[in-house]
Amino acid sequence: MLNAGADPRPPYRSYHEWYAAQDPANLIAKSRDAENIFRKTGITFNVYGHEDQSEKLIPFDIIPRIISAREWRKLAQGIEQRVIALNAFLDDIYHKQEIVKAGRVPRALIEKNPTFLPEMIGMRPPGGVYTHIVGTDIVRTGEDQFYVLEDNARTPSGVSYMLENRETMMQMFPELFYANKVRPVEDYPYQLRQSLQELAPPGCKGKPRVAVLTPGIYNSAYYEHSFLADQMGVELVEGSDLRVIDGKVCMRTTLGYQAIDVLYRRVDDDFLDPLTFRPDSALGIPGIMDVYRAGNITIANAPGTGICDDKAIYSYMPEIVEFYTGRKAMLENVPTWRCSEEDSLKYVLEHIDELVVKEVHGSGGYGMLVGPTATKKERLDFAEKLKAKPANYIAQPTLSLSTVPILVKNGVAPRHVDLRPYVLVSKTVKIIPGGLTRVALKEGSLVVNSSQGGGTKDTWVLED
Amino acid sequence: MLGRTANGLYWMFRYIERAENIARLIDAGLRMALTRSGATDGDWDGVLQSAGMQQAFLEEYEAVTDSDAVDFMLRSRNNPSSVMSCIEAARNNARMVRTALTRETWEATNEFWIDLKQLLARKVRPQDMPSVIETIKRRAGLVRGAFHGTMLRNEIYNFSRIGTFIERADNTSRILDVKYYVLLPSVSHVGSSLDNIQWESILRSVSAHRAYGWVYDAVYNPANIADFLILNGQMPRSLHYCYDKIVANLAYLEREYKQRLDAHDTAEATLKLLEKGSIKDVMDQGLHEFLEDFIGHNNRLGMQISEGYRFY
Repeated sequence: MLNAGADPRPPYRSYHEWYAAQDPANLIAKSRDAENIFRKTGITFNVYGHEDQSEKLIPFDIIPRIISAREWRKLAQGIEQRVIALNAFLDDIYHKQEIVKAGRVPRALIEKNPTFLPEMIGMRPPGGVYTHIVGTDIVRTGEDQFYVLEDNARTPSGVSYMLENRETMMQMFPELFYANKVRPVEDYPYQLRQSLQELAPPGCKGKPRVAVLTPGIYNSAYYEHSFLADQMGVELVEGSDLRVIDGKVCMRTTLGYQAIDVLYRRVDDDFLDPLTFRPDSALGIPGIMDVYRAGNITIANAPGTGICDDKAIYSYMPEIVEFYTGRKAMLENVPTWRCSEEDSLKYVLEHIDELVVKEVHGSGGYGMLVGPTATKKERLDFAEKLKAKPANYIAQPTLSLSTVPILVKNGVAPRHVDLRPYVLVSKTVKIIPGGLTRVALKEGSLVVNSSQGGGTKDTWVLED
Repeated sequence: MLGRTANGLYWMFRYIERAENIARLIDAGLRMALTRSGATDGDWDGVLQSAGMQQAFLEEYEAVTDSDAVDFMLRSRNNPSSVMSCIEAARNNARMVRTALTRETWEATNEFWIDLKQLLARKVRPQDMPSVIETIKRRAGLVRGAFHGTMLRNEIYNFSRIGTFIERADNTSRILDVKYYVLLPSVSHVGSSLDNIQWESILRSVSAHRAYGWVYDAVYNPANIADFLILNGQMPRSLHYCYDKIVANLAYLEREYKQRLDAHDTAEATLKLLEKGSIKDVMDQGLHEFLEDFIGHNNRLGMQISEGYRFY
C-alpha cells in the first residue's frame, strides 16, 4: 500500500485515508463478520484427506488489493495476447503442428505429454475456440512489472471467490465504493453464459441450452459449480443425469430427456467419457466424445486444453506467443529451468536452496519445493526425486514479489500475493476487470494456494 | 427440472420432516419420564419403536436405558434416522439441489446443520436437553419459514411438499401403529391414569395434546384420538391432511406437465378413503390392519412418484 517513503501508492490513496480513520478493533470485528457470512452461505471448499473437518473456509482478508487503471490496461493487453496465442497453439498442435515443424517446441514435449489428447487430433470445436475460460496467474514485482506464473486453460477455478469477495465487501463497506471508482465484476455469470451460448454448435436451433457438469457434492470446488449454475440460471448436472440419445447429449428431467447444446464441464478430461478415456469413470457420459466430434455439442473448455497448464509447455510460452501473434510477448514469463535439460538440471541441483521447484503436471501447490524456506532434509529428499525423473520438473527463482497489506492483530502487515484474472473467449476476448487475489497468510511465505493455507482478498481495478 | 433435482428436493424435505418428528418423539419420551414417579426404561422401548429404531438400537446396545436411547435418537452416526444423520442428509441433498433453492432456504438449512453439529458434538446432558430439542424445532421452523416465504410456487415447491407429507403420513401412522393396542377399547384399563398418560404421550408425539382439547373434549377417548390423527382434515399431522396436500401438489404437477401418472390415482384413492371413512369403519376393520395397509400404500405412492418423475 505504501511507497518507500510511507506515502500511500496512488491507487491506495483514497482507501488509506479511510483506513486511517477506522477504529482497529472495529475492523477486526468486521473481519469476523465476514467469516460468518462465508460460513453461513456455505462458501467452503473440501480438503481431500480430512475426514473430520471436510469443509473449510478460505480465510478472507478485508483489505482490498487495488490496481490502477493504467497498470490494468497494460496487464489486460498482455493477457489478451497470451490467451489468443494459447487458442492458436491448441488449434495448431491438434492439426498441422506448424510450431513443431518450425522447431520452436520439441515434438516429444507435445506428443508424449499425458495431457495431450490424440482423440482431439483433427477436431475443431465450434467457433474454433478451445479454451473458453482462462485464468492467468500473475505476480507483480514492482511498478508496471508483471510476470505470468502459470496459465490455467483447462478448468480454472476460484471465480466464485472473486464474486463473493466483492459481494461481501459491498455489504460490509458500502462507503468505500462511493469513495472509490471500482470497476464492476458482478456481471461475470451473465458474460459467461453469453459467451458459452455464442459458441453453441452450428446445428443448434433456438436458444442454446447450457448446463454445468460437476463431479458432485464431494468435489472440492462443488460450491463454485453450484454457484455458477445458479448465477447463470442453468442446470447443474452430474454424469448420471446425462445420456446420449439420437446423437445428442440429453439430461434426464422429470418430463423425460432434453438435449443440451453447451456443456461447461468441471470434470477432468480423463473422466469425461468412459468409452474414450478412463473406462472406470462414473462421472462422465458414455459416448459424449462421439457427439462432440459430430459437432452436436460444445464442451467448454475443450478436452485436451490441459496441455497449456503443463509447466514445461509454460517455459516455451514466450516462443509460442511470438510464433502465433508475430509480436514479442507483452507479459513476461518467470525465468524457468527445464530440468529435462542436462545443464539446467545441474544448475538447479546446485542452487536448490534458492529456487522453487515444481512438478510439470502439478497444481494446487502440491508436489513443489520452495528452496529458501525448506529444511535441509526436504531439499535433499527433493533432489533425489529430481534426479530420478528430471523431465518431471521445472525450477524458477523466487522473485522479490511485491507485497500488499493484510489485516493482522496489531494493524496491517505485508504479505505476498498473486493475481488470477479471468478471461472469457468466444468470438471476442473479454477480461473481467478484477480477479482473484490469493495471499500467503504466513509471514514471508510465497505459497498462496488455498489447499496450503492461503487466503483471498477482493481485487479492485480502478476506473481512470 | 432434472429428475435428480426432484429426487433431491423430495428427500431433503423428507429428512427435515423426519428430524423434527424424531425430536418430537424424544420430547414426548422425556415428558413421560418426568410425569411418572419412577419412570421406567420400558417407556423408551416404546419410543424407539415409534421411531422405527428399536431393532437398530438393539444391534448396538444390550438393553434400553433412557440416556442411550436419547443419544441414539439424537446423535448416532450409525443410526440413519437420528436427528443428526437426518439433518446431515437433508443438507447434502440441499447442496445437491442448491440451484433450485432460494438463498434463504439454503442458508436456513445450512445453519441448521452448523448449529446442530456444534450442539450434538458431545453427548447432551439431561439439563441441556430441553434447549437442544427447542433449537431443533426452532431451526426446522426457520427452514419452513424461509421455504414458504421465498420459494416460487412451482414444480420445485411441489416436489418438496410431497416429500414433507409422504414422510409425515408415514411417521404419524407408525406412531399410531406402535401404540394401537392402547387405543383399543378394553374394559379393564379404561379411564385409568396409565391410559391417560399413554394417550397423552401419543398426542404429544405429534404436538397435538392442546389441539385435541379444542377439537374434542378435555377427556381422552381412544376413538377420538384415532379420529383426530387419522381422519381429521384440520389436524396438520393427520393422515387425511397429509393426503389433502399430497393430492393437491400432485394435481399442480399434472396441470403443469399435462401428464397424469399412476401416482395420481393411488393418492386420490387413498384420500377418498380418508375423506369418506368413519372412525368406526377403521376400528371395525382393525386399527392395526388399517394402519399396516396405509403404510404399504404410502410407500407404494412414494415409489410411483420416483418412477413417474424419473428420480433415478
